[in-house]
Amino acid sequence: MSVRIGKAAEAPPFQEAARHALEDSQLRHNMRHATHVIRNKRNNIVGELPDWEELRSAASAIKAHLMRYLDLYLEQFEGNVIKAGGQVHWANDADEARQIIRSLVEQHASKEVIKVKTMTSEEIELNPELAAHGITPYETDLAELIIQLGEDFSSHFVVPALHINHLQIRQIFKRKMPLEKMGIPDLGEKPPELAEAARRYLREKFLRVKAGVSGANFAVAETGSLVVVESEGNGRMCLTLPDVLISVVGIEKVVPTFQDLEVFFNMLARSATGERMSPYVSVWTAVNANDGPKEFHVVLLDNGRTRVLADEEGRQALHCIRCAACLNACPVYGRTGGHAYGAVYPGPIGAILMPQLQAMEYSQSLPYASSLCGACYEACPAKINIPEVLIHLRSKLVQEKQSHLGGKLSKENLGMKLMSRVFQSEGRLRRAHKLARFGQGPFMDDGVVSSMPGLSAWTRGRDLPAIPKQSFREWWRERVKKR
Amino acid sequence: MLVSLFVGCYNDLIFPNTGKAVVKVMERLGHTVEFRSAQTCCGQMHYNTGYIRESQPLLRRFVETLRGAEAICAPSSSCVAMVRDHYPKLAREMDDAKLVEEVDQLVPRVYEFAEFLVKKLGVEDVGAYYPHRVTYHPACHSLRGLKLGDIPYRLLQRVRSLQLIDLPEKEECCGFGGTFSVKNADTSQAMLADKVRTILDTGAELCVATDNSCLMHIFGALHRGRTGVRTAHIAEVLASTEGEPFA
Repeated sequence: MSVRIGKAAEAPPFQEAARHALEDSQLRHNMRHATHVIRNKRNNIVGELPDWEELRSAASAIKAHLMRYLDLYLEQFEGNVIKAGGQVHWANDADEARQIIRSLVEQHASKEVIKVKTMTSEEIELNPELAAHGITPYETDLAELIIQLGEDFSSHFVVPALHINHLQIRQIFKRKMPLEKMGIPDLGEKPPELAEAARRYLREKFLRVKAGVSGANFAVAETGSLVVVESEGNGRMCLTLPDVLISVVGIEKVVPTFQDLEVFFNMLARSATGERMSPYVSVWTAVNANDGPKEFHVVLLDNGRTRVLADEEGRQALHCIRCAACLNACPVYGRTGGHAYGAVYPGPIGAILMPQLQAMEYSQSLPYASSLCGACYEACPAKINIPEVLIHLRSKLVQEKQSHLGGKLSKENLGMKLMSRVFQSEGRLRRAHKLARFGQGPFMDDGVVSSMPGLSAWTRGRDLPAIPKQSFREWWRERVKKR
Repeated sequence: MLVSLFVGCYNDLIFPNTGKAVVKVMERLGHTVEFRSAQTCCGQMHYNTGYIRESQPLLRRFVETLRGAEAICAPSSSCVAMVRDHYPKLAREMDDAKLVEEVDQLVPRVYEFAEFLVKKLGVEDVGAYYPHRVTYHPACHSLRGLKLGDIPYRLLQRVRSLQLIDLPEKEECCGFGGTFSVKNADTSQAMLADKVRTILDTGAELCVATDNSCLMHIFGALHRGRTGVRTAHIAEVLASTEGEPFA
């Protein structure tokens, strides 16, 4: 079965999209500024905790335990949600999840939905489905609202509009908001003025719309509770004001006990926004007779996750708590931005998640979209060894390549095979050294090679040092002889 | 001490002076160096690009060549990171219990050059002299893989007449990443351009690191840009003396 997720299906390979992104100087500027600001805040606030490494180990251990017993914890969670008066739906894939959510909204005869920022709803492409059935979704997270109004795509988990700046936001608002009617005939460019416009635009919707859709950062098996962590309070309104609340949650989001949240609460905001704690942490358990939504549904989404779980090396990708610290730390993401990844989940974690969630054929370039510098692994609060999984996925791609004639005969495969053969014999290595030295002759100029057929990807912007007359092993041999 | 040198395939061919510098420093400190010439390559390029099967015989060769060595010193943080971070796992995938045992015994005896000086030999002042402005780029594998921390700085600070200038944003990758530099050449060059800018900002005459692969990349842009700033492995600076200066 060949599963595709979201817009990634039509995305060009990373290196092509990246080339295009790198030419956008405004994007380069925005990305550099934003990632550096968040990264510095994160480093300072993480530095406050003397036991950060122990917390990372604890988070990793909780997640590893969870993956081992996921089936049991999911059933426990389901039982506790039902006991507390909620309803649980299981969705095998994006299509099932979309249909479940759409029909729930339709049952309530609602033509509108307010949404808390949710990555899973982007993953299942919920908004287009709702719109196709005459239901208008309103994103209420400020950045998601900007993306929605700008008909753009999110480029970051935590700060979806990271790639655009306040001047660009002002232009979007001026184009898309009924500013006259809202009493803001002359919208300024200062962040508080922009926030005020968003506030007026959204408040009216919070009070009117009867159905809400959310995701969740955590689902507690022990109590059947869900947790949403956010900065604005708009999420809190979506979670409490509508008559019906539907939460779509990836099955890997379960944690065994309420106590486990202590570890993640200590790490999430620090890693995500460089704050000790997020301004709004909402925890709720199904319905409450006196307050909040009267009806609560949770849609538990697989959509490829059990397949990831089956791969013992790759499954740590499911440990992700979506803090995006790896994105902010990544030198590749920080230059290309999120769109180049052509994926709902961009950045280093996206590069290991997307090729596993969907069929590899749709994200073949992603495992190579990294210099393996290790900054992601170092930043990850759940201690996901992203470089290790990238190499694992590369090896799967290589195995696939070597399974057919075209791949076997590819320049890369032949080159790698040849080099491996050369390195298995000292004699062959000596001969290869001589050949390389001889081969560079015509291209050598003033101690460097500035262009050479087959090496243009390197030499387009960089010189290569020329191979010197004597290798180390030749020098050593001479030295031994002299003695 | 008998120090077994693992020079690394690219040093062997392209940067022989690095190997010679290691020999010079060790001998100056009173140690004997051996070079087992059957050695070739640690297999990192194959492994990191996903050619796991092709890297396996290179692991085996590494183990067979360096069997019984008391201490192995390699002037390449990425080769040492390959050995330390990946060999134990790779050996276990090869279904050979004896090999696993040998790898587990060998790995703790493999040191990166700067780490070897400070941690194994307990030396910070190697008696070097280099009267120039130098900046140090912490290669990713030395920084985040081997966690060398301040070890290279401690060595450089003891070099007489050397002026060490801190490199801004030093922890950023230079964009080399082995095959990444050609598979994603545009992104790699964007990363390199920023690295070069920070190096030029220091006003240093020389940029050093524990890894010639990153330095080859950085050199590529410094030279193409006609900056006049040079690159050298840290061993070459540490080998430099008043009598035999690194030129």
